Amino acid sequence: MSRAAAFYRPNRPLLVYAVLYLAFLYAPVALLPVFSFNDSIYAAFPLQGFTTQWYADMFADEAMHGALWNSVKVGAVAAVFATILGVFGAKAITRFRIRGVKPVLGVIMLPLVIPPVIMGVALLVLLSQSGVQLSLITVTIGHILICVPFSIVTLMASFEGFDKSMEEAAADLGDNSWWAFWRVTFPMVFPGILASLLLCFTISFDEFIMAFFLAGTEQTLPIFIYGQLRFPQRLPGVLALGAMILTATFVIVFLAQWLRGRSPGVAQSGSE
Amino acid sequence: MAGDDSYLRIERVTKRFGAVVAVDAVDISIGAGEFFSLLGPSGCGKTTLLRMLAGFETPDEGEVYIDGQPVSGQPPHLRPTNMVFQNYAIFPHLNVARNVAYGLRKEKLPRQEEDRRVEEALEMVKLGGYGDRRSNELSGGQRQRVALARALIRRPKVLLLDEPLGALDKKLREDMQIELRQLQQSLGITFVFVTHDQEEAMTLSDRIAVMADGRALQVASPKEVYNRPTSITVADFIGQMNFFEARVSETAGEEAVLDAAGFGRMRAKLGGAALQPGASIVAALRPEKLTLSPARSDGAANAVEGVLEAAAYLGDRSHFHVRVAGLERPVAVAAQDWAVGGGDGLDEGAPVWLTWDNDSVILLESERR
Ligand SMILES: Nc1ncnc2c1ncn2[C@@H]1O[C@H](COP(=O)(O)OP(=O)(O)OP(=O)(O)O)[C@@H](O)[C@H]1O
Ligand SMILES: [Mg+2]
Repeated sequence: MSRAAAFYRPNRPLLVYAVLYLAFLYAPVALLPVFSFNDSIYAAFPLQGFTTQWYADMFADEAMHGALWNSVKVGAVAAVFATILGVFGAKAITRFRIRGVKPVLGVIMLPLVIPPVIMGVALLVLLSQSGVQLSLITVTIGHILICVPFSIVTLMASFEGFDKSMEEAAADLGDNSWWAFWRVTFPMVFPGILASLLLCFTISFDEFIMAFFLAGTEQTLPIFIYGQLRFPQRLPGVLALGAMILTATFVIVFLAQWLRGRSPGVAQSGSE
Repeated sequence: MAGDDSYLRIERVTKRFGAVVAVDAVDISIGAGEFFSLLGPSGCGKTTLLRMLAGFETPDEGEVYIDGQPVSGQPPHLRPTNMVFQNYAIFPHLNVARNVAYGLRKEKLPRQEEDRRVEEALEMVKLGGYGDRRSNELSGGQRQRVALARALIRRPKVLLLDEPLGALDKKLREDMQIELRQLQQSLGITFVFVTHDQEEAMTLSDRIAVMADGRALQVASPKEVYNRPTSITVADFIGQMNFFEARVSETAGEEAVLDAAGFGRMRAKLGGAALQPGASIVAALRPEKLTLSPARSDGAANAVEGVLEAAAYLGDRSHFHVRVAGLERPVAVAAQDWAVGGGDGLDEGAPVWLTWDNDSVILLESERR
């Protein structure tokens, strides 16, 4: 009894910790947009005045356009393939009670904890051994690899709430398993699929290390940014670009989380 | 009812899940246009049997024939059956009309024709004009109707229903029973109806298969199952029943004289059973076949004296418990138009007489009870 009471008492130290943690996490991030509008090539206080010059410069940069377009292509392709693989994986894990599914799940989730440097080097060795030219394609393959676990985790939530009798009803009404998937399963888990696509896209879009190892001569946006940092006068432009990427990423991740929370099949399939 | 006019034939079908025998050598023939019920307690294998008819499970042994064709190799989407699922399985991402039209894909109808068929199906289940409703805006009874319309629009030869009324309240359920029966008769489709509610099965069915532990114990009309149960399990499951341990003391032509504990000698119709004197059997008597009277009346074939232990007045009928010396449990008696207490002098604790006819006694093989 007294223990339970102690447990529910407001925990002051924990609250302080949480506030500090959030400040530590987001203060640097919040500074980025601030300096991106600062009329000085040095990212330092005191602020000099308001300007949108850095944004204009960045928009005019041809190299940036190329890198951005590369990143969008890689991100889109990686997101689509990782999500397709994720659908199969999540469906297999949640629907068929396969024996030994736990260890298999562990192996699939491994890329979540393997350092990207190791993954990048390993892939680089493998690809150069088999004589594959480094290109955007190799980057995409690397990104698919790191995206699949995220996709599976995202989709598992959708498939777990999915009522098996829905597919049986579709089969009973004359659909073979492909039609049943297309007409019933897919629309019902669609929010999860969209969430997975968005999540995978942002992961790929922001990823640096794998791209650094596997990109060859073409560069993605993070690599472009890294290259810019060698020139001090380019720093404000990078800050402007960073601020924009940050905003876009925030919006997309929020959207993905929101979509994940609402799968139409989950709440209503049961009888009252 | 076996043999040639059977439309749906279940031939010695067995299904196991690991060590569990869910369906055990079930042998049933169902006629075309018949309303057939699978009745039994929870876990007796009703759903599993129905799923084998729909094609969701494959029998381990035996075969299912529909219209003379073996269907074991046929996947669900190619079978001439449709199912109303226990939870209705209404597609949440489609509105009512799209749900109902779901099974028409292969027919490739022009839009107008399809709309007409959908409206027709909805009117059949009294949901005309509900096509635009979203599927999460439906009550339980409406969901049940949508599921029915969705299955019927495909004009199946056999409609399989898995406890379709289980989720509805009592009043709605009784209304739906009547509608379901009318619908089945007007369409002439064979219905296989799963239920654990014996009253529901009795009301609706042409014939019933009473199931227990994966086996079909008796397949017969409701009347026969009620009046001539072939085993103690069936007799116990369908309605109320008094059971008495008895021994056959002599048989003479169509009649047997029994020696029952607490009752002394009692006469019973043999009804075709071949019983040897000395055999141990169980005599069963329906509560409503017993007549209760305050004094011994002459002319009754069987009579016994007891004490009125409890009485309950239920409006259209009354229930009594009568304690008879030498019996472990009180005898249950049901009577219509009985006033408890008052004028008849039948207060609790009063001595009473029970009488019954020879042919009311059902003779059953004794088994573990
Ligand atoms: N997929 C399955 N895997 C393992 N055992 C199963 C499976 N389906 C059914 N069983 C078992 O088979 C037996 C019969 O189940 P079934 O669902 O057919 O019963 P039921 O008569 O429909 O019961 P209820 O009235 O509760 O729906 C039960 O013991 C059940 O545990
Ligand atoms: Mg069942």
